Amino acid sequence: MSANPLEVKNVTMRFGGLKALSEFTLTMAAGELVGMIGPNGAGKTTAFNAITGVYAPSEGDVLVAGERVNGLKPHQICAKGVARTFQNIRLFKQLSALDNVRVACHARCSAGFVDALYQTAHHAEEEARILARAEEYLAVMGLGHRRDELSRNLPYGEQRRLEIARALATGPNVLCLDEPAAGMNTAEKVELMQLIRSIRDRFGIAILVIEHDMKLVMGVSERLIVLDHGVTIAKGKPEEIRKDPKVIEAYLGDAYLEEKHMALPAGGEAK
Amino acid sequence: MTEFLQHLVNGLSVGAIYALIALGYTMVYGVLKLINFAHGDVYMVGAFAGYYLAQVLLGQYDPNATALTVFLQAMLVTTGGMAICGLLGYTIERFAYRPLRHRARLTSLITAIGVSFLLEFGFQLSPWFKHPIEFPPGPSFRVFPTIVPRSQFEWIDQTIGVSISNLDIYGLVMAVVLMLMLQYIVYRTKFGTAMRAVSFDWQTASLMGIPVNRVISWTFVLGSALAAAAGIIQAVSRPKIDPLFGLIPGLKAFVAAVLGGIGNVPGAMVGGLVLGLAEEYVAGYTDSSYRDAIAFSVLILVLLVRPSGLFGRVTAEKV
Amino acid sequence: MRAWPVVKSFLPFVIGFPVFWALEQVVPSAWNLVAVTVFVNIVLAVSLNVVNGFTGQFSLGHAGFMAVGAYTSAKITLALSDVQLGFLPVFWSDQLVFALALLAAMTTAAVAGLLVGMPSLRLRGDYLAIVTLGFGEIIRSIIENSKPLGQATGLSGLPHRTNLVWVGLCALATVVMARRLATSSQGRALFAIREDEVAAEAMGVDTTGYKVRAFVISAAYAGLAGALVSHAIMLCTPRMFTFVRSIEVVVLIVLGGLGSITGSVISAVVLTVGLEALREFQSFRMVSYALLLIVLMLTRPQGLFGTHELWDLKILKRLGRPAAAKEAK
Repeated sequence: MSANPLEVKNVTMRFGGLKALSEFTLTMAAGELVGMIGPNGAGKTTAFNAITGVYAPSEGDVLVAGERVNGLKPHQICAKGVARTFQNIRLFKQLSALDNVRVACHARCSAGFVDALYQTAHHAEEEARILARAEEYLAVMGLGHRRDELSRNLPYGEQRRLEIARALATGPNVLCLDEPAAGMNTAEKVELMQLIRSIRDRFGIAILVIEHDMKLVMGVSERLIVLDHGVTIAKGKPEEIRKDPKVIEAYLGDAYLEEKHMALPAGGEAK
Repeated sequence: MTEFLQHLVNGLSVGAIYALIALGYTMVYGVLKLINFAHGDVYMVGAFAGYYLAQVLLGQYDPNATALTVFLQAMLVTTGGMAICGLLGYTIERFAYRPLRHRARLTSLITAIGVSFLLEFGFQLSPWFKHPIEFPPGPSFRVFPTIVPRSQFEWIDQTIGVSISNLDIYGLVMAVVLMLMLQYIVYRTKFGTAMRAVSFDWQTASLMGIPVNRVISWTFVLGSALAAAAGIIQAVSRPKIDPLFGLIPGLKAFVAAVLGGIGNVPGAMVGGLVLGLAEEYVAGYTDSSYRDAIAFSVLILVLLVRPSGLFGRVTAEKV
Repeated sequence: MRAWPVVKSFLPFVIGFPVFWALEQVVPSAWNLVAVTVFVNIVLAVSLNVVNGFTGQFSLGHAGFMAVGAYTSAKITLALSDVQLGFLPVFWSDQLVFALALLAAMTTAAVAGLLVGMPSLRLRGDYLAIVTLGFGEIIRSIIENSKPLGQATGLSGLPHRTNLVWVGLCALATVVMARRLATSSQGRALFAIREDEVAAEAMGVDTTGYKVRAFVISAAYAGLAGALVSHAIMLCTPRMFTFVRSIEVVVLIVLGGLGSITGSVISAVVLTVGLEALREFQSFRMVSYALLLIVLMLTRPQGLFGTHELWDLKILKRLGRPAAAKEAK
């Protein structure tokens, strides 16, 4: 029996007296697309941080491929197959796009310091493998032509895509995207939606997306989980969530109406 | 018992000096997040400022002068020295640190080191002119002139066995007065509130209408003035001064600031006194050759066990 | 055969050896110490750059590791000064002893680096700088109070073993090490830590482990430099390794450009030779040094080379054209 790539069981995060996350539970099967929504400060990024090891859960368990990873350092959890992007882009600014992705290949590199120092054949092989792998992921995200460009010189949308390429290069089974569409225009968001789906189709990765753009997250997710003040207030399919009164009350209300506005042709009357 | 009390007296005296210097470090770090490496040298400049002022403004030492005259002379030299160093602090900030405020912190650190070297080695150059004062003073010791006559409290020595002089008392009193004044400024004036606001979040402070540049300049002025006072207090009781005599006290005062929690004003005062006492007691009861190493050991201990110091805030990075 | 690349990796030294040997014969003895100092400064600057420039960790304790290496090597050469190894003629026996002393210096300095690095590298930025400075001074304090190490007067009468061949090869070794590190996956991991430690950790880089490793490597080479210096002036005192020395090395790499190997090499050469030329003006030398620091930080804080390398410019141009041609097809 193969275990689910990610299982989060009743994780609570406390910071001093503040309970940022309460009994957060989530199970992701291979290849699932799950969306996480909620107002700002709801604890979504905190959940990400708990899953990826930035924080150790105050209570509860995080299991990656059936293995309990509580308290492990982020790089260890990454090696077990969980990758993420950041709400505020955290690229390696002075490094090229290619190097950004190559860094992510590091954990799977079997050559060490000694190999590098003595320029062994093993070192050359691993370097070639990493280069090929990095170029492949850049191509997948449509960034092949930007390979030698310094990442800080890239336009915003491409920076976001580069972050995703980088996370993919770590070879994860679970990919956590933290507001990947922030700052993008509508056309870019549509492209991103398709890209996320194609990543799932091509690599079979389970993807967890935090997003504020309702259209995007509802369009991409197979199911949703809604947080507010650290508490999970609803879980289910997008159609169910849309109608859930608790969600509408907490969050969806105004945004939902705005969505309706946007769907009306110009000159149409407001409801 | 007498040994214990003697160490207590000595420890408080030296601790007060560390505290005054530490205040400058901590205030500057608070508003700029910069370790002002040149601060120990401002202490040295303060001592020399007092030295030159005494030479120029006061005549020959008159043992028959009244207490009032002596007091006024001492105040003149001290406030003069504080003013000169205040100006020095302002100049350093304005021309060496402010242009680099938006750059990486490492850059300002290197500049601070440059300013420190400039003061240390600049003062070690042979004098360019001799009248009315010999400046720069050159590398050898100068003797700080007597302003206040030293008198030991013999009766304490004979009864309890502790050696205290009037200079120790005056120095301590002066240091305490200055610290109380600073405490008042920082916690009960508009300027102090502005300074604390800038140390929390200068961007928001500037949005609230606080003139950040002016606040930072005045912070430097205050810190440098305190260091100058410390220099003069020290020079009065131990008159041999030279351009490098700020190096070790500067480092130790820095340790004191870190111990108290860098950025925290009362912390610097407490840190200074604690370090002075620790140094005295450990050096007194064990081997005094380890005296300087004590400060560094305290530093390492603090940074490894509790980097935010005794009173500092622990700031976590938001991911 | 699979071992060939490793054999090939020694090529720079095979070429370097006769070059440095020739240099040793050609350089007039008056300039010998300056030349030695230049190469030692290259070792110091490039090795410190691994920690400060590559990994972005601000270490101010380099002199402490120099001291550890210097004293270790001194103890060994002094102990074995009259010993002749095996059936080797005296000259070669001495060289072998010196080589052993250098290796020992690197090892003990590396251990010191580990001991200092492990607790310190949890700290960030300014705090790390202060702690490393403190550790450097504590090492010096321990030496100053240690009878077997000669206390304040230090160890003297060391055999003069350092010559341009040794320092040249060591400088070459340091530069080669740094270059190979920079172009490897490990090096990229260090750069990533410098750029964004949180992101590096999230991408699978063991940031603490790598910071410690960088520190240890850097300390080892600092120890090597210390051993070379003490066997050049035949003396080893604590006053040679104060924090001012550490700061001088920091100045070298900041002026050259943090993260640039080329920058460190060039700044080491220029500053050493320059300071030597100003030797007449002893006190002005330090004042001009200080002014140089301030002016340079105000005008060009990224240093001479920033993060660029000499080889980046040329190689990219040559490779760029055939690569572009391939893509066009």
